[in-house]
Amino acid sequence: MRAARRRSGTRGNEAAAGWLFTAPVLAILGLFLVLPIGMALWVSLTGWNGQGSPFASGVPFVGLSNYTDLFTQEGLARETFMVSIRNNLYYVAFAVPAQTALALALALVVNRRGLRGRSFFRTAFYFPSVTSSVAISVVFLFLFANSGAVNALLAYLGINGPAWFTDPRGLLHLALGGLGLVDPAHPPQALTSSGPFGLSWWEWLSGPSVAMATIIALAVWTTSGTFMLIYIAALQDIPVQVEEASLVDGANAWQRLVHVTLPMLRPATFLVVTLGLIGTWQVFDQIYVMSQGNPAGTTLTPAFLSYRTAFRDFEYGSGAAISFVLFLIIVVMTLVQHWIMRDRDEP
Amino acid sequence: MSRARSPRAIAGTVLSYLVLGFFSLVFVYPFVIQAANSFKTEPDAAAHPLSPIPHPFTTAAFAQIFDSTEFPLWLANSVLVTLLVTAGRVFLDSLAGYALARLDFRGRGAVGALIVAVMAVPGVVLLIPKFLVLTGLGIYDTYAALVLPVLADAAGVFIMRQFFRSVPASIEEAARIDGAGTFRVFWSVVLPMARPALITLTILSFQSSWNEFPHTLVAVQEPRLYTLPRGVANLVTGSLGAGTQYPLKLGAALLATIPVAVIFFALQRYFVRGAAEGASKE
Repeated sequence: MRAARRRSGTRGNEAAAGWLFTAPVLAILGLFLVLPIGMALWVSLTGWNGQGSPFASGVPFVGLSNYTDLFTQEGLARETFMVSIRNNLYYVAFAVPAQTALALALALVVNRRGLRGRSFFRTAFYFPSVTSSVAISVVFLFLFANSGAVNALLAYLGINGPAWFTDPRGLLHLALGGLGLVDPAHPPQALTSSGPFGLSWWEWLSGPSVAMATIIALAVWTTSGTFMLIYIAALQDIPVQVEEASLVDGANAWQRLVHVTLPMLRPATFLVVTLGLIGTWQVFDQIYVMSQGNPAGTTLTPAFLSYRTAFRDFEYGSGAAISFVLFLIIVVMTLVQHWIMRDRDEP
Repeated sequence: MSRARSPRAIAGTVLSYLVLGFFSLVFVYPFVIQAANSFKTEPDAAAHPLSPIPHPFTTAAFAQIFDSTEFPLWLANSVLVTLLVTAGRVFLDSLAGYALARLDFRGRGAVGALIVAVMAVPGVVLLIPKFLVLTGLGIYDTYAALVLPVLADAAGVFIMRQFFRSVPASIEEAARIDGAGTFRVFWSVVLPMARPALITLTILSFQSSWNEFPHTLVAVQEPRLYTLPRGVANLVTGSLGAGTQYPLKLGAALLATIPVAVIFFALQRYFVRGAAEGASKE
């Protein structure tokens, strides 16, 4: 098959061409992806303030203290970081299941046999995913504004909508209060007096704030379309015979869904969930445009906090340390995905 | 084989259309509201945010966008940066993709593995490091800072490599026997065959660099180097950010969305293919 290439001379030529062709890409990726990681690792061990070079001799070397400040050292740095982790955990816990379920539901309905206007629906659901995150955030700012569309809609239903972006109350706190279990104004001492990493149990149990709920809504709205496409592709890969066999066996539509379709969609579900996990830990643009971490730090996420710590507070070391912790979280998510997918591929 | 339509099946179909209709509204109506409100006056937008009809109809917001903001400058920057990045990515990614798919060279496996590994690095954690490199190279606050770091992308190399692997070897060999050099074979024989993959890559690159936001935050500071997303973000969070001026902000966001929207509706299937390829890259 490679007879022509094996002739003398062409191979050496090919080797040079191979390196030459990949050199520009390697240079760019090396210079702007690989090298920076090493530089940032160094900066995360220093107290560099952005003045001059981080490698100059005057820059204080602080070892792991930027990291220990985030986890073990009592103080504002740890409190803010833990609040951002809490916020992002709730963001993940609400957005990922919601976008996965919605994507699956839309794919199942769009994929129904004999449905007309399929491409219209597919287009309508996918379009938000391709638009600019900044532009979409502006639209959501308006939708959820005090005099915005969502509150106008709620007013038709006789509901007085909240001031979405300035409401720091946690949804779980509100739910507990609404059920009469706990008075949010006077939480039980058992919950407020202690808790891990410098936040009380009561603070950990806040749920996403009302403001964060709008950003979760935006995430679900913009990503469901992409994940729907993944599900549609997987649905189309299910052989027709499988469905026919279950029809012969007398399974009804619900039984078919639960016992046949969903198990066959498992690889797609793993993909969607892990892509969702990786994406939701990186939420940045929407936070920057819509809330900047406000109100009361309830929309602060590690990605935004890392940026803010470095570029607004000029604590580059601390900012870099936060981004490495985030890096680690995302790498773990990715590894879990690879591990699960590899497991699934084997018969 | 025609199926008898049972009442249940009909009910199922009706229900499907109701569900799809509801969600179409949820997914499309925000854009309708956006467009409508950018043609409203401020009091009208505040009083009737849901109404799709501006009353009175006014283009004042757009006049203001072009007169009192730097919108034309951001637009020009966005066009320039997007053109350069898209051209660079399409050329460099296919060059590398071709080498990885078709050329025999020592270290090819390592290069391929590196590119796949780099694809997994989350962009957001690289903001500080990118800033460090840009200042280190002395190109912070220049067009080069906006363009160079994103001139090649690992996912694009991957897409091109997958495509080139499917090209039959006999075609290259014919050209080689005719005495064409490696670049020549790539450029005039194999690349023209890669049109579908090239279109997909062009669209993905266009879309991602047109919409790129966090990179511009750490690459430049000077307002004259703002691209559209940066400018629009500044309109919202900056001095005009205090809850008013919605027609202006929505209008600016609308204008920034139009190019991607036009290309999306014209070339949808390439977007869909891109989404599928992006997802199955593992």
